Amino acid sequence: MRKYVPKDNVQKKAYYTDRFHVVPRVPREEVIDTHFEAVVFNLGEYVKDAYIEIGQLVVHIEATKNFSVLKLLKEQCGYLQCSEQSAVDYLAKDGEFELFWQLLNVNEAKRVRVVCRLANGAAIESIEPLFKSANFAEREMFDMFGIKVNNHPFLKRILMPDDWEGHPLLKTYPLFGDEFASWYEVDKIFGKEYRDIIGPENRDPAKVDRHDTKRFSRVGYEVPFGADISEGETERKIEYSETVLVNYNKKASKTLDERR
Amino acid sequence: MAQHQVNYASSAGLPIALTSVDKLVNWGRSNSLWPLTYGLACCAIEMMASGASRYDFDRMGTIFRASPRQADVMILAGTLSKKHAEFARRLYDQMTEPKWVISMGSCANTGGMFNTYATVQGVDRIIPVDIYLPGCAPRPETLQYAMMMLQKKIRRESADMKKNTKQDLTTQTGKRARLI
Repeated sequence: MRKYVPKDNVQKKAYYTDRFHVVPRVPREEVIDTHFEAVVFNLGEYVKDAYIEIGQLVVHIEATKNFSVLKLLKEQCGYLQCSEQSAVDYLAKDGEFELFWQLLNVNEAKRVRVVCRLANGAAIESIEPLFKSANFAEREMFDMFGIKVNNHPFLKRILMPDDWEGHPLLKTYPLFGDEFASWYEVDKIFGKEYRDIIGPENRDPAKVDRHDTKRFSRVGYEVPFGADISEGETERKIEYSETVLVNYNKKASKTLDERR
Repeated sequence: MAQHQVNYASSAGLPIALTSVDKLVNWGRSNSLWPLTYGLACCAIEMMASGASRYDFDRMGTIFRASPRQADVMILAGTLSKKHAEFARRLYDQMTEPKWVISMGSCANTGGMFNTYATVQGVDRIIPVDIYLPGCAPRPETLQYAMMMLQKKIRRESADMKKNTKQDLTTQTGKRARLI
């Protein structure tokens, strides 16, 4: 018999967990494709590990050799397009980032992913001279992870404001933002002394207060801002505009149907 | 000389209308609300639909203006990111008095589904709001309803804008601030 557990808060914890469940992994295959074999042969000693995942070649390299490897791939193997470049935060597990470059060979319809590990605080060489698309991608990587890029033409935040503190895609960055983030707009527009006046952010998306007429009102039961409705509201009919020139509320003396 | 009894309080067929200054000024203000052409996100698409021929804001005297100097309503249509908050406030400051603000859609009201570090959790943190319009995104009819509610609000107000209270932002400590 299954052990009894209180079910009043089932949302908080998984009701049933499979002890024998194994997370499925994408299968890694040997490099048998003739084109990819040639690519791995061209890269020679740079390759630490190479395998095929879902028809794409994955090559692991040293972080210091990224420029030479990508140059070889571009000039010798026909990978003329760098479609994606970013990083993955493995700081908690391994103390380092995983950087990857996704390359595309349009003529052969083949894709190669170059992967390397970069220690926390270390810098990577820019590949902007090879692929112009890396300009923005490296800026985004710097913005989101704080990874510095050597010899980048204009290394500056791209998504967050220039005076932002912190790197939001790090696993240690809170989703609702740290103290700097939660007061950013108030500090910037009004100054820090307005923090007390404006108050902290409301982060409860389900907060509903029926009697709060500053934030809520019922359609058809509108009351002035901040009015006390603890006694209940009265229904308000649709009112037509009262103007000085035309009285829309006045009923027409004759209707068209009657005239007919 | 003929003696006529003239009833000055009624028009009596003459092209005369008697009213108060408040009513006359508010009639002008409420029937020519010019919003700023200012879209932030997907709500702006609904705002454009409201302005286009099918829903036709023009018939209400609501004409979108391309400059904050000529506008007197700011419709904050969409998600306001923290990076952009500064510029939204600057546009609001550039508008001439009298000015009103409609916060359109869930994102502008409370941050909506973007409960994250990069989104302003309600535009009333930086700009005093007159009308909060719920919906995601609100349909053009709803925006028109909001505009009509704003007209009603303006007609209720005094012509002297100094007498009208803008939204007060009250804190937990009970302090009050007036963000003009």
